[in-house]
Amino acid sequence: MKIILEKRAQQSKIMAYASPVLAIGLTVILGGIIFALAGYDPQTALYYYFVEPLTNFWSIEEVIVKATPLILIGAGLAICFSANIWNIGAEGQLTMGALVGSFIPVMFTDWQSPLVLLLMLVMGAMGGAAWAGLVAFLKNKFNVNEILTSLMLVYVAQYILDWFVRGPWRDPNGYNFPKSVSFEGWQLLPTYGDGRMHIGALIALIVVVLLTIMMTRSLKGFEIRAIGNSRRAGAFAGFSYKGMTWFCFLLSGALAGLAGIMEVAGPAGQLLPSISPGYGFTAIIVAFLGRLNPMGVLLAGILLAISYLGGDGAQMELGVSVKTAQVFQGMLLFLILTFDTLIRYKVKIIRSQTAEGELT
Amino acid sequence: MTGFEAAVLTIITASTPLLMAAIGELVVERSGVLNLGVEGMMVMGAVCGFLASYYTGSLILGILASMMAGVLMSLLFGLLTQTFVTNQMATGLALTILCLGLSGLIGEPLTGEPGLKLSAISIPYLTDIPYVGKILFGQDILVYVSIALVFAVQYMLFKSRMGLIIRAVGDSHSSAHALGYSVIKVRYYCIMFGGACAGLAGGYLSLVYTPQWIEDMTAGRGWIALALVVFATWMPRRILLGAYLFGTVWIMGLYVQGAGIAIPSQVLSALPYVVTIVALVIISRNATLTKLNTPTCLGQSFVPDR
Repeated sequence: MKIILEKRAQQSKIMAYASPVLAIGLTVILGGIIFALAGYDPQTALYYYFVEPLTNFWSIEEVIVKATPLILIGAGLAICFSANIWNIGAEGQLTMGALVGSFIPVMFTDWQSPLVLLLMLVMGAMGGAAWAGLVAFLKNKFNVNEILTSLMLVYVAQYILDWFVRGPWRDPNGYNFPKSVSFEGWQLLPTYGDGRMHIGALIALIVVVLLTIMMTRSLKGFEIRAIGNSRRAGAFAGFSYKGMTWFCFLLSGALAGLAGIMEVAGPAGQLLPSISPGYGFTAIIVAFLGRLNPMGVLLAGILLAISYLGGDGAQMELGVSVKTAQVFQGMLLFLILTFDTLIRYKVKIIRSQTAEGELT
Repeated sequence: MTGFEAAVLTIITASTPLLMAAIGELVVERSGVLNLGVEGMMVMGAVCGFLASYYTGSLILGILASMMAGVLMSLLFGLLTQTFVTNQMATGLALTILCLGLSGLIGEPLTGEPGLKLSAISIPYLTDIPYVGKILFGQDILVYVSIALVFAVQYMLFKSRMGLIIRAVGDSHSSAHALGYSVIKVRYYCIMFGGACAGLAGGYLSLVYTPQWIEDMTAGRGWIALALVVFATWMPRRILLGAYLFGTVWIMGLYVQGAGIAIPSQVLSALPYVVTIVALVIISRNATLTKLNTPTCLGQSFVPDR
């Protein structure tokens, strides 16, 4: 038996939409099997994972809080990946955004003004962009592979943050705990509802709309797709690959940095040694699940936020390890990549070559 | 044992996992496949090696289990990238994300439990030679295996027919296909070899380096191994040099701290990653050097025409 791929004359439109749905469906089925093998009732476990987070107001708010950074970062990465540029260090850019954005509230604790919040967000975005810009610089100037440098800089950023929080920026009245002073007033994002949902959700939504317009209605969007499909063709059209590298890294870095400072000025309320449960990496899954399309990223971000929350819920209610959520996320990315093949190819299964008499 | 000997011994133990993972990935990349899942295969090797030795009490089974885990994970990567022609970079990332979660899940109950440790060999008279005895004749067996592996791969790639086929597949898959070689099959075997090496490297961490299971204990070593392949410009013997260089940097941090020099511990912890970037810059800025040795079809999928 042999599996053979046959190229489709045209990309399948139906599969482009069906692929994420199939991947999600299969992840849920496989998840159920894993739960059953681990000795849990699959129906109950899956309920806690994917339905429970949507059953009450508090948890819907929490889904939005968790979806915000995933959408922001995922949208930026979707642009990068569309251009075939591989920024996988968003986690580090998020960390630097959180660190740089916290400069004002930590150094000028008493300064209260709307300007403070604005400056924090701008500096956060700039911090993330600078950290990502370093990768673009090394790639353009020295031809260094961006995958490796962006990832190495994640570790470096985390150690820098760790040093600040345990060293010069530690709260002097914090009983030696590694955390900064608690932010107050204009140093925090305005919140809604029961108090955790913040204005970041709105910002993420605006970013998604702007990026959608850019990708579908502007020359830049065409340039991104052209370079992504073929760097050579892009060059013939007069598009600069180096310019695109700068653009993609600065944009995705700024969005990751923004997500970082909004985590600090939002749910965390202060700078901590660890501010993200791997949002920067999960956003890679979000970007692919969202078909590298900002609108798709919006939906994918919400889905993965549900899986984060469901993972927490299932642990509290059933004692299922929180790691299960990460396994689901990895599985989902695998399956979506597999189903994506069906957009471009037809899969044929040939029983055996000897039966057809081709081989003797 | 002198301080010098102790330092060299720790450097060797820190370098060996990098060496193993990198030499495996080198063969994979020589066949034209970029597997970014090294970190994931390594971490699965670490957890499976630990669990197998913990439950069976056998180190040999532990080592075999770590290699098997690496091979199984690499087969998953192979199935997707070779049979279903998915994007290699995305698939490698997916593999790493999946494995980091999976290893955390299956290792969770035994996190931090002390495990078995593979002991060093001892040869009568030779191991007792002052200064060099312990370094040359008193390592654990896997250190010798890893060094032998480098020369075996060097010979295989450049002096054997098999190596010629692998390099042909990596440099021009359509020509290799036209000559009648099965590109996909060759790549599958290379991917599995890379998986076994990465798994073994992980096993080395949980059975020798720190004989226990700690979540994410690979700490980016898989990524450094990937960087080492670039650093070595796809030449096996340069991997040996690079791995020991990086192992030295990794250990240097500990010694500087031990010597009481007032540098924040975070600077020392970040050092291996910074050095990796610097090393990549030094190698990559020489475009001819890189272009000369990079397998031409690296990262490109192959679908045979019918």
